[in-house]
Amino acid sequence: MTYIVKPKNHHPLLERNELGLTRRDYEGAVSTLCAGCGHDSISSAIVEACFQLSIESYKVAKLSGIGCSSKAPAYFLNQSHGFNSVHGRMPSVATGAAMANHELLYIGVSGDGDSASIGIGQFIHCARRQLNMTYIVENNGTYGLTKGQFSATNDLESKSKYGDENLFPSIDLPSMAIQLGASFVARSFSGDRDQLVPLLKAAISHKGFSFLDIISPCVTFNNHNTSTKSYDYIREHNDSLSKPDFVPLGKEITANYEKGSTIEVPLHDGSLLSLEKLSDNYNPQDKIAAIKNIQESQRDNKVLTGLLYVDPNAKDLKEILNVSDTPLNKLASEDLCPGSDKLREINLSLK
Amino acid sequence: MNKISSVNDFVIKFANVNGSGSASANQMFAKGVFRSGIPVSPKNIFPSNIQGLPTWFEVRVNEKGYLGRREGIDIAVAMNPQSYGQDIAELKEGGYLIYDSSWKRDFGRDDINILEIPLTKLCVQEFTNPKQRLLFKNLGYVGLLASILEMDKDIYISLIEEQFKGKEKLIEPNIKALEIGHKYAEENFKDLCGIKVKKSNKTEGLILTSGNDAAGLGCVYGGATVCAWYPITPSTSLAESFEKYSEKFRVEIATEKNKFAFIQAEDELAAMGMTIGANWNGARGFTATSGPGVSLMSEFIGLAYFAEVPAVLFNVQRGGPSTGMPTRTQQSDILSSAYASHGDTKHIMLIPSNPKECFDFAIEAFDLAERYQTPVIVLLDLDLGMNDWSSKEFEWDDLREYDRGKVLSKNDLDEVEEFGRYLDVDGDGVPYRTYPGTHPQKGAYFTRGTSHDEYARYTEDGVKNAEVLSRLTKKFQTASSTVPAPIFNQEESSSSIGVIYFGSTDCSMQEALDDLEDQNINVDAMRIRSFPFNLEVWEFIEEHDLLFIVEQNRDGQMRTLLMAEGGIIPDKLVSILCFDGQPITASFITSKINAHISGTPSVAAS
Repeated sequence: MTYIVKPKNHHPLLERNELGLTRRDYEGAVSTLCAGCGHDSISSAIVEACFQLSIESYKVAKLSGIGCSSKAPAYFLNQSHGFNSVHGRMPSVATGAAMANHELLYIGVSGDGDSASIGIGQFIHCARRQLNMTYIVENNGTYGLTKGQFSATNDLESKSKYGDENLFPSIDLPSMAIQLGASFVARSFSGDRDQLVPLLKAAISHKGFSFLDIISPCVTFNNHNTSTKSYDYIREHNDSLSKPDFVPLGKEITANYEKGSTIEVPLHDGSLLSLEKLSDNYNPQDKIAAIKNIQESQRDNKVLTGLLYVDPNAKDLKEILNVSDTPLNKLASEDLCPGSDKLREINLSLK
Repeated sequence: MNKISSVNDFVIKFANVNGSGSASANQMFAKGVFRSGIPVSPKNIFPSNIQGLPTWFEVRVNEKGYLGRREGIDIAVAMNPQSYGQDIAELKEGGYLIYDSSWKRDFGRDDINILEIPLTKLCVQEFTNPKQRLLFKNLGYVGLLASILEMDKDIYISLIEEQFKGKEKLIEPNIKALEIGHKYAEENFKDLCGIKVKKSNKTEGLILTSGNDAAGLGCVYGGATVCAWYPITPSTSLAESFEKYSEKFRVEIATEKNKFAFIQAEDELAAMGMTIGANWNGARGFTATSGPGVSLMSEFIGLAYFAEVPAVLFNVQRGGPSTGMPTRTQQSDILSSAYASHGDTKHIMLIPSNPKECFDFAIEAFDLAERYQTPVIVLLDLDLGMNDWSSKEFEWDDLREYDRGKVLSKNDLDEVEEFGRYLDVDGDGVPYRTYPGTHPQKGAYFTRGTSHDEYARYTEDGVKNAEVLSRLTKKFQTASSTVPAPIFNQEESSSSIGVIYFGSTDCSMQEALDDLEDQNINVDAMRIRSFPFNLEVWEFIEEHDLLFIVEQNRDGQMRTLLMAEGGIIPDKLVSILCFDGQPITASFITSKINAHISGTPSVAAS
């Protein structure tokens, strides 16, 4: 059996959201990833975020490329259409899909091989175009399905499970994303659900290109003690910038923060991202400071997590291309075809 | 001195320096002849260069409507000393050479008529602006030609007025430039030229346009909303045509927003990915490219084939292999298009022969892609795509409706007991699909390029995968009865010899068939317009003992495709192949057929 459907019986007392749905309604098929894989925690966090946001699954499109990470969309939101495309090319498929219908919510799931190597060109141009989507890289520094080769995000000092040296420095995707014009950039850790769920909720609510680099340890090939992407290493070196809290439209802030210690970022849809500062020089709307923070933490052998950068007012691709508010896939033939009278005029102009 | 004499039947070749602004003047000359009622076929023979290299523009004027290229030049307008040698050598005996005699030359040929006009000197006298001094030489020779060919000068004056509508200041100096050449010719070359353009009515019902422009317009009429493309010669002008007509017809009046998305992708891979994404989501999307682009897109084409996502791709073929001859024509992507991508894949191809068909097939391509949920490749070539042709007018029936294929709506899904994305419900190999966002509980599925079952679930069951592959074959067979049928030159076959041709070869073939008839050689002819091949194609092959397959490539790719798909005996199919990057000519075709029939088959097959 290569595809496992979960049984659908719910406990009657399961918590329900505004749509009357339970978390189970946001799940997908049974995962075929290794037990303990970080990717499964991320799928679970996506389920939680969508449940809490009361998202209608059928208005979500889940897209991916190829690799362990790219299998993940099968494991959440089984009422959403999914598209497992070709290696490294999810961004272009997402771009075409989003141009056809901007009303859906686009969640792209990719990996470090998919986005930092074979698909780096597509990643770059998708960020640059400000496609309105949530782009998640489940980053484990290794090629799992082909048995543990180094990926381009593996740190220079991080050795393989078999003791091989890594010869090349790592690519830092969040720094790139900020530089390329992505308007929401965060890094998180699959093992830090308290940070990840609010970040996902904010990313999904943000209009524009939301990029999440999520360190997601590979339990089989990259979780040993000489790896810098292991559970233990990340837990020891995690340098969290802020404690995020996502406040949907119409809700009140309930968290009790000390005055002056929080930053509030109003998002496009009226919701609010509230960030408890854990670092003094933290200002997520300052691009230069964001890149500086990342560089400094790298120098200090730390893994900087949290919301790194946000521009809540950025234009998205639909606005840049001035595409109509009626989704292109809903235009009727009379909107599309100029008709025979106009064609006669064209014929005359070509005489 | 021998002088070529003819009325409404000649070939003129302009030799210019690339980037000197000659193209629009040359185009104007051709349009003037067209407006005089005589069909023309201008051909731009240009280098892969922005400025400086030699470029040529050949115009065949033919009242009978033969629009294929013809060897031998009757009039040469040699404006580029770099290429004098070649340009003078091509000129037929008794032909006419027009050159800029500001710097006199001896060309060493006493069998041609030389018309000297000191264009540079005249323009320096008349204009002060250095840019105009250079640019207006071009209109100067157009004026000269209007005089020696005895054309109606007013036609060119109105063409200038139309071209500079909205920039009225430019009209007067342009007309002045035209007059300079015209006046000089009236004074110096009276009755010198035996070639004339006499007004006729042979362009009624015709328009002058290029295949790329027509195909881009066809995409607008075909309801395409997403164009994702990457610049590559010779396909760029197709995407730009879509943009041009969309900006004209597809902007919401109230909001000034676009009812289309025009995206210049980062490469051809992304262009194809965007096209697939748009179609997956229920918008008609397309891309335009050339051979190298198809190579890059191949992985994605296989995905669209296997996951059954509609997609329309225009392949404007150029000279290959590799980067090849980007600015020359060939029909050498037949096989790489038909079988694009790894694994067992086959794709619907439409092969237009003229701008009218480019328009029609663009529309048809979207219907077929959605009906069969598969990529459709429209094969043009550089000659058809980039050059202007005297084509039949475009037509559109306002009652025509788009065929959006088997798509289930919310109400449909409510009535369907069980939805399986790849279930062959109707037995024609074509399953039902849903767009994302249609129904809260039903119709969601996972599109994937991995092996899958009828419910789009991943499977490693080889039998299930084989079932899907077999259904795709069935679907392809279903398509063979609805793709455009071949065109026959005769109502019924009457010869044991047949000729098969396709695409831009059409014009030269019509001329070749007339020439063969004049020589009392009777052959039947069929123009293939699509793949998979229809039943009529196989019947035609069955009815003949010997068939010539005329192609503009080295390896006889259409012949290979016919052999592979129909199990045709190789000996029955004789290739006639032109692959020098120049459009094939009628005399090339007739000489090869004659050679074979008279018993020297090796010549014909080479």
